Amino acid sequence: MPDGLPPAATGEAAALVSARGITVRMGRRTVLENVDISVRRSEIVTLIGPNGSGKTTLVRTLLGLQKPDTGTVAPAPGIRIGYAPQQVSVDRTLPLDVRRFLEMSGSRDPERLAGALREVGAEDVMRREIRLLSGGELKRVLLARALLRDPELLVLDEPTANVDVHGQIEFYELIRRIRDERGCGILLVSHDLHLVMSATDRVFCLNGHICCSGRPEDVSTDPAYLELFGDGAATVAVYTHAHDHHHA
Amino acid sequence: MPDFVLYALVAGVGVAIVMGATGVFVVWRRMAYFGDTLAHSALLGVALGFLLGIDVNIGIVCVCLAIAIGMVFLRSQRHLAEDTLLGILAHSSLALGLVTVSFLSALRVDLMSYLFGDILAVSAYDIGWVYAGGTLALVALGWMWHDLVAITVHEDIARIEGVKVMRVQIAFMTLFALVIAMAMKIVGILLVTALLIIPAAAARRFARTPEQMAVFAAAAGALAVVLGLQGSLLWDIPSGPAIVVAAALIYAASISFPALHRG
Repeated sequence: MPDGLPPAATGEAAALVSARGITVRMGRRTVLENVDISVRRSEIVTLIGPNGSGKTTLVRTLLGLQKPDTGTVAPAPGIRIGYAPQQVSVDRTLPLDVRRFLEMSGSRDPERLAGALREVGAEDVMRREIRLLSGGELKRVLLARALLRDPELLVLDEPTANVDVHGQIEFYELIRRIRDERGCGILLVSHDLHLVMSATDRVFCLNGHICCSGRPEDVSTDPAYLELFGDGAATVAVYTHAHDHHHA
Repeated sequence: MPDFVLYALVAGVGVAIVMGATGVFVVWRRMAYFGDTLAHSALLGVALGFLLGIDVNIGIVCVCLAIAIGMVFLRSQRHLAEDTLLGILAHSSLALGLVTVSFLSALRVDLMSYLFGDILAVSAYDIGWVYAGGTLALVALGWMWHDLVAITVHEDIARIEGVKVMRVQIAFMTLFALVIAMAMKIVGILLVTALLIIPAAAARRFARTPEQMAVFAAAAGALAVVLGLQGSLLWDIPSGPAIVVAAALIYAASISFPALHRG
């Protein structure tokens, strides 16, 4: 991020990463079509969509891990990104404890490593083997490694998958606290909106293309959202809709 | 101790140390079949070495490198499943090697010694080769160690944290080709993979960190060479297979020990 920009230069200038007109094809299948998305400083953005809707592909494209067929991804110059993927499966032949895993972030200082684990509420796992952690513990350790990078943009892919409801609520509180304390932008990927809602500023609803986007309370009543997630998705689900999802 | 036994011991231990340290990655990254493929292609290197009148070791390194780098690119194309691709490369390069060797019959290439190794025939020159190549390999491995472990654990995170994944992968393939060229002289083409993976597997139970596992694997490999050579001399059995049998026995012993820790 360029320093010294006047506060007025918000919007596009303040985007930590922005993507325009992203299309990604895998073989003959179009996984993403004409997607626009951006994440700004101090903002929590949630990307929701059913399985196979291209969420992970979009995240990988934003991170520069996947080349889009058309469209552009513009990260802020020199931006530090912390990334916690959906899953890390360490081969059972590889002995690797949490301390060693966290050191891979580039930080070897034991105080800092312990601090990162404290920040995510997992201070007692330092000496445990990575592959023997529970789902929830692993998610927190992945978050800790991402935080050790001192990120301006934090990207979390399904941080609450395999975590019970109580744990999910706690996790979203944690994410909001991280945003408040660090002022970083956060991009969350989730497959449902219910619990993410409280911790989100903007929602993008994805199903190959962006079906709808905006504040969570608006998206949760949007016909496109309801179609994608079924009637159970809204607290008051009385909408019918004519949106047929064949935009192309 | 006769000279040829001393030479065999010195060369064998040197190779085993390098193979143990490299082999842990073969186990972690599930590259056993890949190692096999490179070993098979080494015969083509031998044949080309004779054909072009260059050092056989250089021929092997060149062919292994070509196959390794070809594999990195073919894999990124994703036309065929990886094991199918490896099967094609392994067997066609071995066959091509055998065909080429048959044209060189006038030169009396001792096929058996390349297939099964001939550690008792190593010369002072071979030892020089093993230790020069081995030192280079260990230095290179140390240099790329942390990046390689990071990629093994999670490629995407490593890439975001600034690891040049493609560069490290090609460097590792180069190293791998070098190690296989060194090793085939000792245990032969058909047993190279054994010395890469068995000591590493034996080390797993006792290691708490990736580094420990590499050191223990190197030690287990060296021990296998010492025991295998002993057995080979004692009972007059072929040395390459004897070393592999010794490694297998060490592995068997390691799994019958109670685990030192449970994470």
